[in-house]
Parts: sequence; structure tokens; C-alpha cells
Amino acid sequence: MVDDPVPSERPDIGEAADVGGAPVGRRVFLGLVGVGAAGVLLGSQAQDWLERVVGPLISKDGTGLASLLPVGRFRIYTVTGDLPSRSHADWSLKVGGLVDNPFELSYDELVAMPPTNLTRDFQCVTGWRVPDVEWRGVQLSRLLDRAGVQPEAKALRLHSFDGAYTESLTLAQARRDDVIAAYRFEGDALSDEHGGPVRLYVAPMYGYKSLKWLDRIELTNEVEEGYWEVRGYDVDGWVGRSNGRDDDAT
Amino acid sequence: MPPDLTVAEARRAAGEPPILRFDRRERTLHWVNATLFGILMLTGAALYAGPISTLVGNREVVRTVHVYSGLLLPVPLLLAVLGRRGTRLRTDLGRLNRWSHDDARWFRRRHRDEVALGKFNPGQKLNAAFIAGAIVVMLGTGSIMKWFDLFPLSWRTGATFAHDWFAFGIWVAVLGHIAFALRDGDALDSMLNGSVPAAWARKKAPLWYEELRSPPSS
Repeated sequence: MVDDPVPSERPDIGEAADVGGAPVGRRVFLGLVGVGAAGVLLGSQAQDWLERVVGPLISKDGTGLASLLPVGRFRIYTVTGDLPSRSHADWSLKVGGLVDNPFELSYDELVAMPPTNLTRDFQCVTGWRVPDVEWRGVQLSRLLDRAGVQPEAKALRLHSFDGAYTESLTLAQARRDDVIAAYRFEGDALSDEHGGPVRLYVAPMYGYKSLKWLDRIELTNEVEEGYWEVRGYDVDGWVGRSNGRDDDAT
Repeated sequence: MPPDLTVAEARRAAGEPPILRFDRRERTLHWVNATLFGILMLTGAALYAGPISTLVGNREVVRTVHVYSGLLLPVPLLLAVLGRRGTRLRTDLGRLNRWSHDDARWFRRRHRDEVALGKFNPGQKLNAAFIAGAIVVMLGTGSIMKWFDLFPLSWRTGATFAHDWFAFGIWVAVLGHIAFALRDGDALDSMLNGSVPAAWARKKAPLWYEELRSPPSS
């Protein structure tokens, strides 16, 4: 092989005197790639362990530095390519299907309804857990009462305005007093990242049940699997009693 | 002038022409890579840390920039390494790969002066190997995060886990790299202009200096 002439003041090609020795660089490189692959395969268990062991310590840390660690923090997942966004003025909630009085509710009308405040841990099925999250919203049961659920209705199908995300609840689950259409989060209006202007918050279940960017509630005569259930998660997503996990209840 | 040269050595070194440390291709690659790393680290921080996310906003734009900068990252590297004119770069990668028997001792400060160094010190070698591994891991885990529905669900969590912790490592490595570069003006200058003073090579990379003075005959 003929090397191109190198525009150099001094020769510095060919056999370099310091090129002897063991290929430690390659070993480090391959080792890191192996660590990364192990992280992909075992990371969900490692994350569970960290949340359990390190999570409680972090909430006691006063410096705030520990809050930078990838433990006890929200992850923003979207199922579509972009971040769904809708202004309060443009948002409305449609309730329909097997009801006597289908209706559409503006943001202001929802906020004017009697509020429910909940402070509960938020547990994701992928392992992360955020302690003591403050929510405010309107109980789903109030919305159902207003719509007048017909006797043959057995379940709810919830639609997101991202056009892809759907969820389901049985009527009994939806009527629990810790299931709300949430519009405030940690003392602020619910942001786009967290599913605003309004999302579902199903306190006793894994995060995927708490549909983000709530747009429409449809009463159905049977449970239809939602976006994540079609992809393998349990329909009844109780924290600690589903998806093969044993987290503490929220 | 480095203080531990004798007067005679200093005089001789001062009379020598500067030595090319990085050619144009290596310098260009370094700064293209540095720019992409900077973009990835800043957009990554904005996607990860709540307060920065709130400050920057535009999550969708930030994510798009992050993803495409990441996918672009290996392109200049591969072009430069595999290209016809990458001879010097490939030689330097060979140097970064090979560790002498003494190199590991260099990390212990009390042995540092006993170790004769080639063109790169063991810290630079470790940094290079770490960054190379991290690029592959970040590209792989980032791709799993982006195209998660092609993989088992638990991989998304695992990829996020690995991506986070490697990102911490990258921040440490890059900030350390910048701090060391700022402490050595001649070395930093050679990444901008190509050459180091002969006296620098004599002191900081004596084996390399010797090799240039007496190039191996073929």
C-alpha cells in the first residue's frame, strides 16, 4: 500500500516507536460496548433496584444535586413522533358512547367542577417511581354521572388527542375516588410533557393507565385493549399486582 | 519553557522547528466531533433535566436535533478513518490503542515521572477508548429509545438506563478533557494550528520525540 504524501514538517508515519504494547484501548472499547449491551438487557432490573434502594435516600437529600441522578424522576414518553400540544382554549373533553347525555366540556368548565386533590407516588411499569406527586383534577365518576351511563355499558375507552394513545378502564375502576381527569400537577398547570392540558390519573395503577393528552371518553359494552395492552402490558395495571412486578402499592 | 530542561537542552530545543502533532484532517475531525458532542450534550441535558427543559421548551425541536446529531455522529469519524488520506489518523488511533507495560503505572501520581511517554499519555488513551465505546453505546441505546416498538418492552427501560449512566460518564470525560486541554496551551494550540514546539514534545512525549529524530528505516 502506498501512503499519500503527508504535508508534514517531520516524518511521522509508518511504524511508530510507541505503537508496541498490548491493545488495551480495544479491550476497554469492547468492554464498554459489553457493559452497554448488559445495560440494555438488565437495565430494567437495575432500575428497579435503584428506585428501591437509592430512591428513598434521594428524597432526603437537601442539596438538590441528587435530583440530577436518573432515579426518582419522570421520564417523558410519547407514542407518536412529536410532543402533543393543545392550548387550554382549544382543548375540550368529549364524553360519549353508551350514555344518555353525551356532552363536550371546555377546560374552564372542567376546572369549575368540584376538584379532588391527590398526593401519591407515581410508579411506571418500566421501573421508575416518583414519590409524593401532587395532582388535582375531577373525579371520573362525576363526569360519568353527568353523562348518564346506560345499563349495558361495562367499560371506558379513553382516547388521546395525539391520535394513537388509547386506554381502557372497567366501569368499576373508573368510579374509584382516586381516578381523576387531572389538570394540575405539582402546583402548576399540567404541561405538554406530562400530558396536559388534561390527562387521566389512575392512582392505584401503573403510569401507562394514566392516559396523557385526554381528548375523548367513550362508554363501551366491553373492555377494549389500549395502546400499551396491545403491546403486552396487563389490562388491569394494579401497581404491585400486575405485569409480573411486586412494587409497593401507590 | 519547561523548567526541568537543562540550559543546553533548552537552547537546542528552541532552535528546532515545531513538530506537526495533528494534521488538517485530524484537526477538522476533532472540531466537527466536538461540535456534535457539544450539541448532543446540551440538547441531552435539556431533554433530561426538568428545570432546563422548562427553560428551553420546544421539546420536540430539541429531541429532533438530539436524534439527528446522534445519528450523524459516526459519519465524519468513519469518513476520516476509512478515507484514503487518513494515514496519520489511523497511526494515531494505533498509538491510542496500544498501552506499554508502564502506562498503567502512570495513573499513580508518585510513579508518573518514571514513565516515558509516547505521543499520547495514558489519560488520553483511556479517554479515547472511553469515548469510542460510549459513542457505540449511545448510538445503540439511543436507537432503541427512538425505535422502541421494534424491541422487547424491557429493552426500552434498559436502553434508557444505559443511556443515562453513559451520559454522566461522557460529561465527566469531556469536561475533564477540556480542563486538561486548557491547562496545556501548547497542546491546545496544536489542535488549532497543528504543531507543537519541539521542546514540548521532548518533555511531554519523549518516546515520540526520539522516534521523530531517528525514524525507523524500512
